[in-house]
Amino acid sequence: MTWRAAPDDRRRRFGGRIAGATGLFVLAAAMCPQASSATPLSYLEAHGAKAYPINNLLWALIAVSVAVIVMSIVLVLMGTFRGRTFPADALPGRLEVDPVPRGSIWIFTGVGASTLVLFATTVWTVVTLAAVSDPPGGKADITIEITGHQWWWEVLYKGSHKGTGPDQILRTANEIHVPVGQTVGVELRTGDVIHSFWVPSLMGKTDLIPGQINRTWFSASNPGIYRGQCTEYCGRQHAHMGLEVIADEPQQFAAWYEHALQPAPAPVSAEARADLDAFVVRCGACHTVAGTQAAGILGPDLSHLMGRRTLAAGTLPNSIGYLSAWIADPQHAKPGALMPRLDVDGPELTRIRRFLLTLQ
Amino acid sequence: MTVTEYERAPEIVAEGYDSATAAGLKALWETEPGIKGWFSTVDHKEIGIRYIVTAFAFLVAGGIEALIFRLQLAGPELHLLGPEQYNQLFTMHGVTMILWYAFPVLTGFSVFLQPLLLGTRDMAFPRLNAFTYWVFLFSGIFLYVGFALGSVPNAGWFNYTPLASRPFNSGFGIDFYALANILLGISTTLGSINFVVTILRERAPGMSINRLPIMSWGTLTISVGLIFSMPSVSLAFFFLWMDRRIGTHFFDGSGETQPLLWQHLFWIWGHPWVYAIVLPAISMISQILPVSCRRPLVGYTALALATVMTMVLGFGVWVHHMFATGLSSMALAFFGAVSILIVIPSAVSFFGWIATIWTGRPVLNTSFLFCAGFIIVFVIGGVSGFMTGSVPVDWQLTDTYFVVGHIHYVLIGWNLFAVMAGIYHWFPKMTGRLLDERIGRWNFWLMFIGFNVGFFPMHISGLLGMPRRVYTYPEGMGWDTLNLITTVGSYVFAIGFLLLIVNVVVSRRRGAIAGPNPWDADSLEWSTPSPPPPYNFVVIPAVASRSPLWEERLQAPENRSSIGEGMVLDHGKEIAATSAIDAQPEVILKMPEDSILPLLTALALTGVFAGGLGPMWWLVAASAVIALALTCVWLWPRDRLAQTARPHP
Repeated sequence: MTWRAAPDDRRRRFGGRIAGATGLFVLAAAMCPQASSATPLSYLEAHGAKAYPINNLLWALIAVSVAVIVMSIVLVLMGTFRGRTFPADALPGRLEVDPVPRGSIWIFTGVGASTLVLFATTVWTVVTLAAVSDPPGGKADITIEITGHQWWWEVLYKGSHKGTGPDQILRTANEIHVPVGQTVGVELRTGDVIHSFWVPSLMGKTDLIPGQINRTWFSASNPGIYRGQCTEYCGRQHAHMGLEVIADEPQQFAAWYEHALQPAPAPVSAEARADLDAFVVRCGACHTVAGTQAAGILGPDLSHLMGRRTLAAGTLPNSIGYLSAWIADPQHAKPGALMPRLDVDGPELTRIRRFLLTLQ
Repeated sequence: MTVTEYERAPEIVAEGYDSATAAGLKALWETEPGIKGWFSTVDHKEIGIRYIVTAFAFLVAGGIEALIFRLQLAGPELHLLGPEQYNQLFTMHGVTMILWYAFPVLTGFSVFLQPLLLGTRDMAFPRLNAFTYWVFLFSGIFLYVGFALGSVPNAGWFNYTPLASRPFNSGFGIDFYALANILLGISTTLGSINFVVTILRERAPGMSINRLPIMSWGTLTISVGLIFSMPSVSLAFFFLWMDRRIGTHFFDGSGETQPLLWQHLFWIWGHPWVYAIVLPAISMISQILPVSCRRPLVGYTALALATVMTMVLGFGVWVHHMFATGLSSMALAFFGAVSILIVIPSAVSFFGWIATIWTGRPVLNTSFLFCAGFIIVFVIGGVSGFMTGSVPVDWQLTDTYFVVGHIHYVLIGWNLFAVMAGIYHWFPKMTGRLLDERIGRWNFWLMFIGFNVGFFPMHISGLLGMPRRVYTYPEGMGWDTLNLITTVGSYVFAIGFLLLIVNVVVSRRRGAIAGPNPWDADSLEWSTPSPPPPYNFVVIPAVASRSPLWEERLQAPENRSSIGEGMVLDHGKEIAATSAIDAQPEVILKMPEDSILPLLTALALTGVFAGGLGPMWWLVAASAVIALALTCVWLWPRDRLAQTARPHP
């Protein structure tokens, strides 16, 4: 399965980015034939108001670093191989020892120049830090609460453009829809251990820590699908704790939101009723589907599951085959996951799957 | 000797290593042969070599762990290891390398070399020195016994709570980790105290603080730093153990507990620790490079002060491991700025070395190759560290493979490459024989190429978003080729390292005889025979410059050190203590003889911690009583060690 990155707008803002590109990016491109759209977690490209200033700084630092490395290698090699060396077998004779105390000029010049670069970097760092600390205008357009769990993401929208009443609160999992161009405030909590929320092309990492709420924000400047990942080691399935941010035009987002608030359709046939019952009995203790008796809170909310692109926190594509395999044995794709193998038999699996397929 | 002498003028004589005086000293200082002598020796040279060999054993163990999981990561979605096995292996790899290899190996070099560099006959507290070695050894064995029993820590070497707390981590793996670390911390702290006293009070007369060998500056600096930073982490490990086995709630995430407190307590030690495992290595390069380049080090004072400055600033950067934890912008700006500015002292060292090479005439032997390779990887590890100091950029870099690349350039590049240079340089002093230069050349190039091929691509897979500590990764992320290259490079690197072991095994028996000073080096250890006799120096030298053995070529005749003529000090095991700044002779110290007590006390102390596993209180109590009793016997006042004799120079 491939992850699709957002359309590339390639804003060129500072010379640092260009200079950096000639250094490391050539190297990266040479070593790795894939195009950047094939590297969904890369942070060499930015797609949001919070990410742009940081990306510029990153490229500038890469440029400085590559230049320093090249210069140092040249200095060491030139110093070593310029015809003044003794061969290795020159020992153990009494070789010349240079008594002239000179060379300090290297230290004064080199350290002086380094200090200027370091000082400039410090200033740029602090300026960037101040620029991205709060969303532009000081207040986010919408706010979502994200709770980390071993090993999935709970997502709670605390209201829409229609208000923050109880009927506008939306709970979902592992997939975050946001409107393009609007600032999204994020409140980060955890249900168990420390996790870290990271969507590379939109924002850097912020940890989810027990006993505290960390607030941050991001925004997406282009429509697209942005891959995210837990980046604080959180136990056995840390590797499989992905997420996706889907940025849509505001009206599309509003339509999605409206749809996502709808409860599951009531069963219209006896068969559909049996399917629902099978789901509630086998899955309802841990999972919620709005509008049914399934109201468990240990696992991800499955309302509108079929609207999502992936299963098991970005681990599997959401297709009928993977869905069946996941229900039959979650421990195969994600060993150690807290969803046990339930030993559902064939007919029961069919019923549960058929019910889930109705959750458009 | 029945009556203790309180006033005595030491004899000043000129004596060689084949004189009767030397034979008398040998009888006084020599460890008795056989198994009893082996377990009770307090000879710093023997203990230093043991430290190095033991640390290398842990290096091999940690290396094998890495080679196993590099196979798992060679391609996407591989199933060689399950997630739990992977997590245990990467945890053990980190713990082993950072704690049981990187620091102890430098301790080994310091224990072997410091008394020789300073012109004295042993460490200030020889029995304590033996004790710290045994405690280090037992703490490592303790950790690996847990591994063998299947109780393996799996929360990373940084061991964040509450993932490492009991609600999320049952079993005894974390307890083995916590208790082994407290034990190791005792060894480290006592060792540091020993180094500080040795370096400040045992220097040869005339070796004022501005003539201290540059390598001693590294050891002195980090020893002071560790005395201040170890208590924090030892307390954290103790709290963690109490959380898990006594039922306290410091970090476990329940109620009002503070899991983040763990990170503060851990990193306020952890970052100084990073400097502890690189600064002595850096100053080792500063010690070796001038010998290869045939001139004194450029900028001695600047480099010595840079070492101290790095440690001081090193206490103000711990939060850069925690930039993503939601701290205030004010704190982030402060710690970010310090993390960037700490590069300045590193730049001082770098330009000092470059100037030494450019104004000197390098001898292209293996230890020089490792020095030059070290300088290149030092820069790569340095600039990647500088990038992570920039807070907003670090929000992207942290916890990706970029940082994995960075720490390996720091830990392997800054530590192991210096250690390799050190082995090629000092092996002749330790064994009396030279390592083979031809194998050495292969050794260097395989390690240097393997290292850069293996670890440089990690920076790029990091920039392409590969998170750390994942047991596998999906296809289609752009990381496949890079990871394959990394795995291949790591194996080339391992083969390169294997050549060192081959070289040591071959050369120990058949290497060319080194003689006292095969490199024509300038510091005091090269004035002794190779290997040095048990008493190191037949007479205590008097030092007049930073390069005592190069004075014929560098100093006017009236300002020269006296190497062959000096205080004899042969009324028992004796050394001279000198003043801390000017190294004026002050007192003749009586040194203790070999003893089995350090070993026994270390065993009893290990028993206390083994008892902490259950906790088995009876074992804790019994071991504590035994340890206390042994300590009393050890410290019982003895007239013959009365330290009041004053020399009259």
